[in-house]
Amino acid sequence: MNVWASLILSLIAIGAVATVGAVAGAAVQFFDLSAAAWLFGVVIPYLAFVTFIAGFIYRVTTWARSPVPFGIPTVCGQAKSLPWIKQSRLESPFTKLEVVARMALEILCFRSLFRNTRMTFKGGRPLYGPNQWLWVIALAFHYTFLVIVIRHMRFFTEPIPGVLKLLEALDGFLQIGAPYVLISGFVMAGAATFLLLRRLAFANIRYISLPNDYFPLFLILTIAGTGILMRHVFKVDIVAVKAMMMGIVTFHPVAPMDIGMLFYIHLFCVCVLIAYFPWSKLMHMGGVFLSPTRNLPNNTRAVRHENPWNYPVKVHTYEEYEEEFREKMIEAGLPVEKEAAEEE
Amino acid sequence: MYDKGKVITGLAIFFLVFTFPFWSNIGKTAPMPERSLDTPVLQEMAREAGLDLEQALKEGAINCVEDKDYIVSQHMHLLNLWRDSVVRSGNRMYAGAFGKRHEMSLSKSCMNCHSNKKDFCDRCHNYMNVNPYCWDCHLTPEQMGTASDAEVKQ
Ligand code: HEM
Repeated sequence: MNVWASLILSLIAIGAVATVGAVAGAAVQFFDLSAAAWLFGVVIPYLAFVTFIAGFIYRVTTWARSPVPFGIPTVCGQAKSLPWIKQSRLESPFTKLEVVARMALEILCFRSLFRNTRMTFKGGRPLYGPNQWLWVIALAFHYTFLVIVIRHMRFFTEPIPGVLKLLEALDGFLQIGAPYVLISGFVMAGAATFLLLRRLAFANIRYISLPNDYFPLFLILTIAGTGILMRHVFKVDIVAVKAMMMGIVTFHPVAPMDIGMLFYIHLFCVCVLIAYFPWSKLMHMGGVFLSPTRNLPNNTRAVRHENPWNYPVKVHTYEEYEEEFREKMIEAGLPVEKEAAEEE
Repeated sequence: MYDKGKVITGLAIFFLVFTFPFWSNIGKTAPMPERSLDTPVLQEMAREAGLDLEQALKEGAINCVEDKDYIVSQHMHLLNLWRDSVVRSGNRMYAGAFGKRHEMSLSKSCMNCHSNKKDFCDRCHNYMNVNPYCWDCHLTPEQMGTASDAEVKQ
């Protein structure tokens, strides 16, 4: 798809989502429409959450039902071989423990992104060099996202656990403004902006970017943007937000309150994000654990990888074949291994 | 399903982590905290208006420096503005929304009426894990000996 088509489609989608949230917020704020508040403050969050959990489990089980016919780890190091050849244990794992270590580094440190290279031309010759920008920004993006989600647990726990307080204190140690700036929020917004610009700036990445690449980025940018605006510019009554969220998680929903348009946009975008999650590329969160190229040991010379869809094949051996056609073969003058019984 | 044991263990961990807000709150309730406005100064203001406190608040005979909704969500911003105005411009007077002038002072203005920090400020601040560093320097009513909280007095 052409870049304009991709961008326009995904912008229409994010525009529609944000507008629905804004209309809901306006309905609550200006028209005191409690039906809209219940729908967007209670019903849709419940539905979105159930969709997320059920969809995630569904996707993982469908993957787990697909057989892996071959041992296909992709490795980039010396496999276990003769005793005097040094194995690269992390690059080419042989045992379970080595696989776990390799997976842990992949999941926690994005090791394969670290290996990113970029080709440039120097004096007419192609030159491959390391390129770690994507790795740095992707790490920043994912970890700040995690920190933000954990920090948001202050809306869902009472009393608030000490670790959350510590995390928030660390995140806000710059003590800029009141309420103070939380570093992770701004880093995430910045990193997501970079990830978007990356898709737009490089012709080769632009070429392979589709609406389903842009849409999640727009969604996350909208969530981060409305969140930062709510904290620093158009402040909302966060005590009411917490009362509402605690009602949801204790299954005693309280009548949603007029918290402001921004909050309803923020919340609705989050609902769309989690409901969309299982059906989108965001499922790499579960998928990374199920990647056969990463989670299999490179032991194919020592252990036979049984293709699970092998079934008992009905074979017709040559002996049986000759048994069946011996007379006709003799008649036709073909050589046989065993003479016909009658002629003996 | 292949690798049933591993997949189901993984999914169970996923389920437990993501439903944390639900299971960690089983059997709990966390209603919205109530801010107490029952302080001697506010009682006195109601008496002057010839009303009891609740009526006076309802009828708008007693007001904060700005509209209540604004104060609920923006008081921290207002305090920052006050700080900057006092510290940087030396301007200490604030024209309130209800035709009164107030001294821009946390201790002398805010805490004069709200002398019950524990039953007023802290209730929401604890609920939301808000720890204003104002009190690193400024004295609380308790420290000044002017607190009117029930617990503090005992
Ligand atoms: C994917 C999930 C979410 C993301 C990525 C996200 C992101 C953000 C960000 C970046 C901020 C700016 C301040 C900060 O860094 O904490 C923020 C603030 C906020 N978010 Fe979220 N959010 C999410 C889910 C939610 C949910 C489910 C709620 C409902 C309770 C919510 C309510 C709020 C509120 C009320 C604020 C303002 C906080 C304040 O003033 O301190 N967010 N959000």
